[in-house]
Amino acid sequence: MMGETRNEAKDRSGKNLVSATRLINENSYRERMITIFTQWEVILGFLLLLVFLFFMNITPYFLDGFNLLNTTFTFTEKAIMALPMMFIIMSGDIDISVASIIALCSFAMGYASSMGADTVTLVLIGLAVGLASGLFNGFFITKVGMPSIAVTLATQSIFRGIPQAILGDKAYTKYPASFAYFGQGYVGNGSLIPFSLVFFLVLATVMGFILHKTRYGRKVYAIGNAKEAARFCGVKVNRIRFINFALMGLFSGIAAVLLTSRIGSTRPNIALGYDMEVITLVVLGGVSIAGGKGNLFGVLMAVFLVGYLKYGMGLVNLSAKAMIITTGTLLIVAVLLPGFLNTAKAWRKLKQQQRS
Amino acid sequence: MMKFPVLGKFKQRRETSLIVLIALLLIIVTVRSPGFVSGKNIQRIVNDTSILVMVSIGQFFVILAGGIDLSVGSIIGFSGMAASMLNENNPALPAIVILLAGVSIGMLLGAINGFVVAFGKVPPIIVTLGSMSIYRGLTFVLSKGQWVTAHEMTESYMQLPHGNFLGVSNLIWWGVFVSVILYYFSNYTRSGRQVFALGGNKTAAKFVGINERKITMLIFTISGLVSGLAGVMWTARYAAAVNETATGFELQTVAACVIGGVSIAGGSGAVPGVILGALFIGIINNALPVVNLSPFYQLLIQGTIVLFAMLINTVSEKRREKKLLQERLA
Repeated sequence: MMGETRNEAKDRSGKNLVSATRLINENSYRERMITIFTQWEVILGFLLLLVFLFFMNITPYFLDGFNLLNTTFTFTEKAIMALPMMFIIMSGDIDISVASIIALCSFAMGYASSMGADTVTLVLIGLAVGLASGLFNGFFITKVGMPSIAVTLATQSIFRGIPQAILGDKAYTKYPASFAYFGQGYVGNGSLIPFSLVFFLVLATVMGFILHKTRYGRKVYAIGNAKEAARFCGVKVNRIRFINFALMGLFSGIAAVLLTSRIGSTRPNIALGYDMEVITLVVLGGVSIAGGKGNLFGVLMAVFLVGYLKYGMGLVNLSAKAMIITTGTLLIVAVLLPGFLNTAKAWRKLKQQQRS
Repeated sequence: MMKFPVLGKFKQRRETSLIVLIALLLIIVTVRSPGFVSGKNIQRIVNDTSILVMVSIGQFFVILAGGIDLSVGSIIGFSGMAASMLNENNPALPAIVILLAGVSIGMLLGAINGFVVAFGKVPPIIVTLGSMSIYRGLTFVLSKGQWVTAHEMTESYMQLPHGNFLGVSNLIWWGVFVSVILYYFSNYTRSGRQVFALGGNKTAAKFVGINERKITMLIFTISGLVSGLAGVMWTARYAAAVNETATGFELQTVAACVIGGVSIAGGSGAVPGVILGALFIGIINNALPVVNLSPFYQLLIQGTIVLFAMLINTVSEKRREKKLLQERLA
């Protein structure tokens, strides 16, 4: 009996060995295509294409160079915040205080401006207040050891509570003329490229480099995959988480500068709801909320997908509420879909193995 | 030296320190304004806080199991709007039917949350962050941006919270009713104890045969149910259903839980603590105008209190763990 089966296996010249039949030829053209097209970033790319095709057909105003570039003004602030949020979510934390950090920064800048500060000082103040807020969060999360959701839930109220307590129903509306450049200006003379878009792309390159090409980035992935294991391997987990939150604060400060400069006024309810949108961008970009998965390219795709989806919806006169429903749905679908995809893939593999 | 273990336990409980804190708060405010601690005013404060108490207890179960429900404010908004519109369009319908409809809608919305969390294996914070905006958006879609105002509501609908029984408003009775039932659920039913087990140690809970999906569905449904009830009460009490009803309310409910000694990581806490936490917030909100602070300070004060409460929770938990470790080593 034993000999027979062995012979049979040999007769087929090793090609049909039991172990070999259970393997799927992963180098086949079809398999490679499937791997590529089920990649999250590629799916997002197709969705983006779909959004473009769909709205191009509905309205002639969609595919307009000026419009397409100009509409980036509306989402670069959130996009900039999505960059450090990527680091935070990747390492298994969350920050839901970012919109309130913007409110605090914007308030500080508005106050300074009413005291007669010039543009450079305003920007520095915005960045400093943002960084300080991030450090505040980071301190309680890593030094005191409280869960990030708990701390940022509290600071969400505190950071917005300060401008609300002092400003009440009033607003700061006086800013120096040159301050308007950050959120409204274009690069160079007469060009159509918004400064904020270029700035975002530069920041994205830097953050992408840090995430994918430096030891710091590798450590973030390591923490997200297995915090304890990373710690035992000598990764200073808490230091990296602390830096993440500090970066988040700083970038929220940058976003605050851009937003305040763009709308030219500060009310306590400025940027309300931005935290959800930023988290949506990151999660939609394929960053796993459980940590350890995702890349910059996915987040970039998500930024432009959501941005242009909203722009298109705005063009066809869909209300802001419809957009809110859409982003909320996108968020939930984005977290559900990878799970379904994985299950489907595993099921398919199993079927193939059974067949052969 | 004689030891009083019972007294020691009594001292450790969050409820005791909260009662002391509330008493202190009342004394301070009374010094500024002697009328504050009159029977009538206390009843007014409790009446104001009843809705917060209900929803906070619902939130408590979700936090207890290690999750969080950020959609409660939106569920209140949606079910309140739906119930009010039902009342507006069918004035002949008895109030109790509308109440049941509102509660069922809330339950359904909560169950949807629970379903996605339990079967999609998605963290509750992400799901409810999404459904928070979806439900709020749907409220606008349902109402087409319109309000339902006092003269469009029937008297019997508005009597749901405003009526009296034994000299105490119905709203307070509703709060008491929900508190008692959910207290019973948390301490004396199998499912209630399973929520504690699941929050304390998920892996261990699964090994002893606790159905995680069932419990997750259950707690989100409860949270939705009380939010639905709260939606009906809210709109009937203020005799207005606006689209922004209870925006940001989720923060207050989480705050009530945290102040009440509920660990945000799950597994520990108690219903009485949550009730006291909610009352604490209610008293502060009512005391602000008395001490001449504008209501704009509410957010800042609340956030600061929550941060401190969490700080105390974390530090005392760590101390307890350390003590446990030392005892084990000795």
